[in-house]
Amino acid sequence: MKKWIVIITVVVLSLIGAFWLTGAYNELVTMDEAVNEKWAQVENVYQRRADLIPNLVATVKGYAEHEQETLTAVVEARAKATNTTIDAGNMTAEQLQQFQAAQDGLSSALSRLMVVVEKYPDLKANENFRDLQAQLEGTENRITVERMKFNEEVKVLNTKLRRIPYNMIKGMAGVDIRPYFEAQEGSETAPKVEF
Amino acid sequence: MMKKFLLFIFLVSCISAIAFADSDIPEKPNPPRLVNDQAEIFTQSQTDALEKRLRRFNNSTSNQIVVLTVKSLKGYDPADFAFRVGEKWGVGQEGFNNGVVLLIKPKYGNERGQVYIAVGYGLEGVIPDAIANRIVEREMIPHFKNGDMYGGVEDGVEVLMGLAAKEFTHKEYREKINPAFPIGMGIAILLFIAFIILIKMSQARAYSAYHDVTFWQAMLLVIFASRSHPGKWKEFTSGTGRFGGGSSWSRGSSWSSGSSWGGGGGSSFGGFGGGSFGGGGAGGSW
Repeated sequence: MKKWIVIITVVVLSLIGAFWLTGAYNELVTMDEAVNEKWAQVENVYQRRADLIPNLVATVKGYAEHEQETLTAVVEARAKATNTTIDAGNMTAEQLQQFQAAQDGLSSALSRLMVVVEKYPDLKANENFRDLQAQLEGTENRITVERMKFNEEVKVLNTKLRRIPYNMIKGMAGVDIRPYFEAQEGSETAPKVEF
Repeated sequence: MMKKFLLFIFLVSCISAIAFADSDIPEKPNPPRLVNDQAEIFTQSQTDALEKRLRRFNNSTSNQIVVLTVKSLKGYDPADFAFRVGEKWGVGQEGFNNGVVLLIKPKYGNERGQVYIAVGYGLEGVIPDAIANRIVEREMIPHFKNGDMYGGVEDGVEVLMGLAAKEFTHKEYREKINPAFPIGMGIAILLFIAFIILIKMSQARAYSAYHDVTFWQAMLLVIFASRSHPGKWKEFTSGTGRFGGGSSWSRGSSWSSGSSWGGGGGSSFGGFGGGSFGGGGAGGSW
C-alpha cells in the first residue's frame, strides 16, 4: 500500500516537473525570438538610413561641387556600415560593438555633410533636399527608438536568464544572455541635425 | 512609536518623490481627452471645439490624434518627448498603431517655440516624415509666428485628419477586428447541426427498435417524416429563436462593447487604444 503511494507521488511529481520544464523552455524560446524580432527592426531602420544616402548625395552634389571630400566620406562610411552585419541568433558583445562603430561612423560623416551644406543657401531652399532632410531626421529618431526597444527586450530576457531556475535550463533551450546597445558619450539622443 | 511613524512618512515621501521625478512625461489624462492644453494657450471654447472634432474623427475612423501643449519639455528633445507621450498613453489602436501626437511648446521670451508631429507606426505610410515636415513648416509655423496658436493647430490637424483617414476608415477597422463570419458563429452553427443530427439518430434508434427496419432505414424515415411533421418543425423554429437570442454574443464582442468610439457620430471618447510609435514624424521650431 505504502509502496503505491510513493510510486504515485513520484509519477505525479515528475509529470508536474515535465510540464513546468516545457513551459519554462517555451517561455525562453519565445523571449529569445522577441529579441530577434527587435533586432530585425533595428537593422531595418539602419537600412532605411542607408537607402536615403544615395539620393541625398546626388542632390547635394548638384549644388555643392566643391565638397567632394565630404561626400566621398559619406559614401565610404555607408559602404562600411552596410557591410557590417550580424547574425541575430548568436551575436556577441564585440560584434555588436563593431556594428555600432560602423553605424556611428556613418552618423558622424553625415553630420559633417550637414554642416557643410550650411554654406549653400540654394541647396537648403531646394524642395527635394528639404524632404530628404526631414526623412533623415525621422530615420535618426527611428534608430533611437528601435535601439531603445531592442535594449528593453534584451533586458527582459537577460533578467530572466539570470534567475533561478532559468539559469539552469538556458543551455538546454539554447538561449543565452544578449549584449546591449551601449549609449556612447554624447549619443544618448539622436545626433542633432540642425539646419 | 512616533519615531517609527515619522520614518514611515519619510520613506513614503521619498518613494513618491522618486516616482514624481520619473514622471517628467505627463500622465495619461483621466478622463481621457484628445486635447490636452497644459500650456493654456487655447480658450475654453477653442479647446472644446477641437476636442469635439478630434473625437468625431476618432469615432468615425478610429485614428486618434492627440494635441498636447506643454510649458516645458523638461530637457527632452521634442521628438523624444512626443514619442514617449504616445507610448505612455497608448495613442492609436493596438495592432493598428494609428495614433498621432501633436506636441506644442509655445515660445516664451528667448526660448524657441517647438512643435513636433509624432506619427504612429501604422500611419507612417500616409504621413511620411517629409509630409509631416511640410505640415509643420507650411500650415503651422506661419500661424505660430503671428501668435495665432489655435489657427496653426487647427490647420495642421485638418491636414493630418485628411491624410490619416486614407489609411484606416472605421469600416475597415471594424472588419479587421470583427471578421464578417466570426469563428464563434461558425462553431455555434456546427454545434446546432450536430445537435439536430443527434436528435434524429436517437429518434431513428427508437423507431428501429420497435419496427422491423434497420437503423439507417429508420434514419431516412425520420428525416423525411420531420419535413411533413409540423409539430417537430415548430420545435426547430423555436430552436432558431433561441439561437437568434444568442446574438447577444456579438454584443459582447470586443468591437461593439469597445465604446472607444462610442455610438458613431457621437462625441464621446472611450480612451486610448494602446498604439505604438516607432520614431516617425517631423517637427520644427520658431
